[in-house]
Amino acid sequence: MQTVSRDLLVNKAASLLNDGTVQTVLGWRKGLFDYDITPAQFKTEDDIRKNFEWNDNCGANLSKYLVKLTRKLEGRILVFLKPCDTYSFNQLLTEHRFDREKVYAVGVHCDGMKDADGNELERCYNCKSKKHVVYDELIGEEGEVLESKRFEDVEWLESLTPDERFAFWKEQFSKCIRCNACRDVCPACTCEICVFNNPNSGIENKAPVTSFEEQNFHIIRAFHVAGRCTDCGECSRVCPQHIPLHLLNRKHIKDINEFYGEYQAGAEVGQRAPLINYTPDDIEPYEIFDGGEKNV
Amino acid sequence: MQVEGYRPLIVAFCCNWCSYAGADLAGNNRLSYPADVKIIRVPCSCRVNPMFILRAFQRGADGVILCGCHPGDCHYTTGNFYTRRRMALLFSMLDYLGIERERTRVEWVSAAEGAKFAATMNDFARKVAELGENKRLEDLRCKQ
Repeated sequence: MQTVSRDLLVNKAASLLNDGTVQTVLGWRKGLFDYDITPAQFKTEDDIRKNFEWNDNCGANLSKYLVKLTRKLEGRILVFLKPCDTYSFNQLLTEHRFDREKVYAVGVHCDGMKDADGNELERCYNCKSKKHVVYDELIGEEGEVLESKRFEDVEWLESLTPDERFAFWKEQFSKCIRCNACRDVCPACTCEICVFNNPNSGIENKAPVTSFEEQNFHIIRAFHVAGRCTDCGECSRVCPQHIPLHLLNRKHIKDINEFYGEYQAGAEVGQRAPLINYTPDDIEPYEIFDGGEKNV
Repeated sequence: MQVEGYRPLIVAFCCNWCSYAGADLAGNNRLSYPADVKIIRVPCSCRVNPMFILRAFQRGADGVILCGCHPGDCHYTTGNFYTRRRMALLFSMLDYLGIERERTRVEWVSAAEGAKFAATMNDFARKVAELGENKRLEDLRCKQ
């Protein structure tokens, strides 16, 4: 259950819309089923009072929608942000993906979200922060950055032998249907033209091939957001095949923390991401493994 | 698993300013290194997108080695510092997915180190040959 009531959000949105502060409201709309809540834009108070939704299924991160909407729409946009969404918001600002002036951000206190089956989302179970790192206005209590155990699964995988790890990932990735939902939802994936849109890439050949080709898609996807991934967990949430994609992103985050010092993407605007930065005495690639002896 | 008469296919990305010249020096000095090593010249080790490495594996390379100037000696001042960070993350990820860690390597070879170039390639080719064919990252659609 969310401690912040829907009415608070609806009244806030309606009043800001009526006094002309914002012209559009970005929020969550009722779907066909209770769990089927989709991100949506609202233009009128009536629409908001009727269709706006705020409950345990509002897991969707609205930050990414701002990239397109701020360019397309006139006037300011009101957006509701849960604590983990604010990190994505900051990261997009760091990358100059939208104009901050055109957005009115309302932070909403979050008590954890659920998936379609009513189970707590993995990212909420291992919640990394209840603190909003950016907002114009806050509804509900402000929380703290939490000590989470989010790297435990990564550590468990690392403790396996290479063959076991390969078997684990082979099983997971062979479920992939290449729907690209993980790419489409990811707030860090905002390229206008994506390498995976290449018609010559041959993804339509998935069915006739039995080898393990999806691995490359997932390595590239994870690597592309390395250092920019805020660990918002949207990729795992939307995956129709329940592939634990966050384990790939977290591996990169864990490595970055270990090799180059603690880094949380999106914690501040204007941070320099680890992969576009360096120090002269960085760790060498052969030193990253235990007992990595220098060859030759 | 080793097949009779098996020769590994090794792709070496060499930076134009140091390692490629190093390979040249190895040749001039009549130092031998395996013919399995296919050198691709790149302007800087930083030019190597991680996708190049995956692509090489996808198309059937058994090992990929990336050679550049020593950190601090980059012709473009900072290129190989970025390479170093990128490759550390990429290799760590490949290991995490269960790809043998001996299949990838980064080595800093300067233009004066012809002997080191030959020794590195010999050593790398031997280790990759011991591992045998790359079955885990190959993609049958891409192989010719």
